[in-house]
Amino acid sequence: MASSIRVRATSKDDITEVQTLIQHPMDTGLVKDAKGETIPAHYIQELKFECNGKEVFVANWGTAVAKDPYVKFSFKGAKKGDDLKISWTDNKGTSDETTAKIA
Amino acid sequence: MKLRILLLLGSACAALVAFALASPRVIAADTVDPATDAKAFQNFFFQKFPGVKHEDFVNGPYSMNEDMKRQWLEKEEFPPYEFALDAGKEMFATPFKNGKTYADCFPNGGIGIRQNYPYFDSKEGKVVTLELALNRCREANGEAPYSYVKDEMASLTAYMAFTSRGKKMDIKIPDDPRAREAFENGKRYFYTRRGQLNFSCASCHVQSPGERIRAEVLAPALGILNAMPIYRSEWSGMGTISRRFITCNSQTRAVPLEPQADEYRDVEYFLSYVANGLPISGPGARP
Amino acid sequence: MTTTTGPHPTRRLILQGAVSVALIGLGNLPFAPALAAANDKYPDEAFKLKNEAEAIKALYGKTPEPSDKIKLDAPEIAENGAVVPVSVTTTLDKVTSISFFVAENPNALAASYRFPDGAIPAVANRLKMAKTSSVTAIVEADGKLYSATKDVKVTVGGCGG
Repeated sequence: MASSIRVRATSKDDITEVQTLIQHPMDTGLVKDAKGETIPAHYIQELKFECNGKEVFVANWGTAVAKDPYVKFSFKGAKKGDDLKISWTDNKGTSDETTAKIA
Repeated sequence: MKLRILLLLGSACAALVAFALASPRVIAADTVDPATDAKAFQNFFFQKFPGVKHEDFVNGPYSMNEDMKRQWLEKEEFPPYEFALDAGKEMFATPFKNGKTYADCFPNGGIGIRQNYPYFDSKEGKVVTLELALNRCREANGEAPYSYVKDEMASLTAYMAFTSRGKKMDIKIPDDPRAREAFENGKRYFYTRRGQLNFSCASCHVQSPGERIRAEVLAPALGILNAMPIYRSEWSGMGTISRRFITCNSQTRAVPLEPQADEYRDVEYFLSYVANGLPISGPGARP
Repeated sequence: MTTTTGPHPTRRLILQGAVSVALIGLGNLPFAPALAAANDKYPDEAFKLKNEAEAIKALYGKTPEPSDKIKLDAPEIAENGAVVPVSVTTTLDKVTSISFFVAENPNALAASYRFPDGAIPAVANRLKMAKTSSVTAIVEADGKLYSATKDVKVTVGGCGG
């Protein structure tokens, strides 16, 4: 099973730009399925980025973040080849993580 | 004197241009030559939207609306079809139970060939689409066929389109009356009104591209299949050409056909042929 | 990472209870604001509130003032409420957090981002919008709160079936 996390991290002039796309339904708990039954809320609550053991960016999400969520941010202090660890946890307690090399 | 000649020349040129602009439609009405048809079809869109670059028509409604185009470009930075594309690439490389792969069923191992589909198969006497060829490949290798409308089929075609991006649509109509008939049949299907709303495909996608129907901006028919398969926000997922035809029919409250029915294969043949020369841009993302 | 983001289940229960009381009652939070954005806990209570002003208060414990140093980018007409690209950049100094609120959504708070030292104060994400609404970006900088707001028209809602 492939990772749920896709990441692109590129470093230029001391600034690392990170783009992430995560495969997740982000169900709001407000939508009914074809049988008329409510699909329970299921969404990522926390997404963390760590570089060289240091937290660089944290997202807290509610149900209003779009399906297969995307986020882009930048930070300083990393260089090409450094490891960027990305991890998420959702409201059902499921989690996933991956480590990407900064390009 | 010189001035008069120049003026005369000028008006002669103008007349020539006017003739050139008007003539394809006249010829199209009188003949059944697909090449002339395709030219007239493309010229219609090029003249209706002089500000749109020709290769941009394959981007559907985004070629028609600046605000939407910005949202799309933003999404394309990390597009929503990314997961389907990855899944398709993996599926394509995974052997069947008999050890063969999809690559064994297609010219050039299936890479960079999207622009040649659909094609007319003279043995069968019918149009063969990429989706059909994929399922035939599966069945020939002892695997069950996939649903034509989404999921695996969308992932596989997404990957095959991706390897063909930028290649120009290159559909051939062989010298075979049945091929010509398939083209004509597809064209007839495209222009025929049906359903409770009494719409033809052309009512929306030829007469009104760029305009809103309810909340949606209509895509131009020219190049509409070059972007397939697509991730539609409305579907919250991927859909194939089959899915697109079926939803078009049900949205106009017509009874959809079965996926890969002869009429759908023919209309795909027609729509792809008239987009010859425009680049493959699939997989695409749409509202 | 395992399943425990909230190591204090009882605390969460108590907070939820308090929020319900607040909603039924006066709309005033009967406890000192948790300042969730300032610490590391998932701000469950702020995400559950319906009203934007209350959600901002629950998250930050104070009210923002508009700032022209925040650039909020969102479409005029969303192509589909299910996926609305929204981004923010700011020239404010010492930014510690940026949050997005959609006033007309069932719950106003959509996303909240924390910026440790070294992060550039800018973020782009994609939100759902139930209907036409204002979108507000709140920037916490040097302990103060600033905001920028933009109206986004939604013709196809992103929360229905």
